[in-house]
Amino acid sequence: MRVLNCGDSGVLVEVADLGEALALQAALAEDPVPGVTETVPAARTVLLKVDPGAPGGARAVAAAAARLRPRPGALPRGGEVEIEVQYDGADLGEVAELTGLTERGVVEAHTGAHWTVAFGGFAPGFGYLVGDDRRLDVPRRGESRTRVPAGSVALAGGFGGVYPRSSPGGWRLLGRTDAVVWDLDRDPPGLLVPGTRVRFREV
Amino acid sequence: MNRRRGTGADESEGGREVAQGALEVLAPGPLATVQDAGRHGHAALGVGTSGAADAASYALANRLVANPEGAAALEATMGGLVLRARGRVWAAVTGAPCPVRAGGRGAACAEVLLLRDGEELHLGAPERGLRTYVAVRGGVDVPPVLGSRSTDLLSGLGPAPLRAGDVLPVGTPPRAFPVLDAAPGPRVGGDRVELGAVLGPRDDWFAPEAVESLLDAEFEVTGRSDRVGMRLAGPPLPRAVEGELPTEGMVAGSLQVPPDGEPVLFLADHPVTGGYPVIAVVRAADLPRAAQARPGTRLVFTAVSV
Repeated sequence: MRVLNCGDSGVLVEVADLGEALALQAALAEDPVPGVTETVPAARTVLLKVDPGAPGGARAVAAAAARLRPRPGALPRGGEVEIEVQYDGADLGEVAELTGLTERGVVEAHTGAHWTVAFGGFAPGFGYLVGDDRRLDVPRRGESRTRVPAGSVALAGGFGGVYPRSSPGGWRLLGRTDAVVWDLDRDPPGLLVPGTRVRFREV
Repeated sequence: MNRRRGTGADESEGGREVAQGALEVLAPGPLATVQDAGRHGHAALGVGTSGAADAASYALANRLVANPEGAAALEATMGGLVLRARGRVWAAVTGAPCPVRAGGRGAACAEVLLLRDGEELHLGAPERGLRTYVAVRGGVDVPPVLGSRSTDLLSGLGPAPLRAGDVLPVGTPPRAFPVLDAAPGPRVGGDRVELGAVLGPRDDWFAPEAVESLLDAEFEVTGRSDRVGMRLAGPPLPRAVEGELPTEGMVAGSLQVPPDGEPVLFLADHPVTGGYPVIAVVRAADLPRAAQARPGTRLVFTAVSV
């Protein structure tokens, strides 16, 4: 684990891989670092944002972060969400070919897996989901679509995701959901906050 | 929305109650937006902080009209903003110093101005600096989005940039009253601006000469600059590590170096995460001065410790 400065307004904690990043998130949730205003988890890092005017500032946060001892394999705690999916996505056949499963097999693997939101990014409300079924690890499409509809349930690069709103995208589409994963009038606005456990259910 | 009428002196003029005021935008200038202290608490899901780019000038404007911290104000870029008061509106102009006319009278920056019903506030082009703030007593009362009235030009959250014809409600005046007629602020803008920067978090991705260049050379603010970030022209900052950095969280003030070598200094609307290495981060106290650097300004970075 490395603790790096982002000026006086942030501390970046870096680990070796996504598993360690999730364990680090878990450690931060169990043992919050005083003085941190917001956290931004990513694939190999967690950014701790700091109020530069707070006592001790970034230096105190860096010292506290260096004392964290993430437990290997730990997952951050979070709420649980079930997302209903109609598995009629345009790329279901391709994903079946890539994984060597049948289309039915892909649906069963996707609904059978336990998913955790690892981090956000790409667009407000977009959560990168990691699952426990490595068979669903497929690459992005060679070419991005100019428009992927909101609610599209997709896979790419070892992650799962649900498009919060219509946008361009290169992920492989398995199906769609009516679940609103991003709503500015809701508090919290996002359904897929890092740490949230997700199951998909076929409808 | 449940609106209460004003209290105290703002309530009456000649014994007659005056309804809550508003500002009508007659001209927005090159770019004018509503800004407050920013949108907090949703960074983990990709929502940036946004807020006034020059937080110091914004805070001074609010203090002048006795607003609570965080009241929404207007941020005008390169002046040109023309407003008309509906009802009595107390206002203050801070930030990039520009010619000000209030109700047809010459006025100054950083003083408390009264606009009577129908009177106009004109901001000319600033002599120095880039961003001028207009605070009104009671704050600009547009509906908040995720707890903030700031326009985030990157994510599109918050109110759209101002257009001629927009009518902006003014909120309930605070209980406190302005205690000063005018307040001296720090000098805003200049041809050459010195900024303290802390090396890292990814200075080890760069060759030693890149760090030397960053601290020795001057960097010019280019025209490809906005509230997201300022693109800087200067000597190349060669890398020591090739390959791709996994996307990671970013803070305002980050000097991110994309492969084309022109560093970007991230401002208020910067993306929450980024995939290029950050060689250094400008300290928070110097960000307001960075945000006032107009294209052509030369920036000098001085190494400071946290």
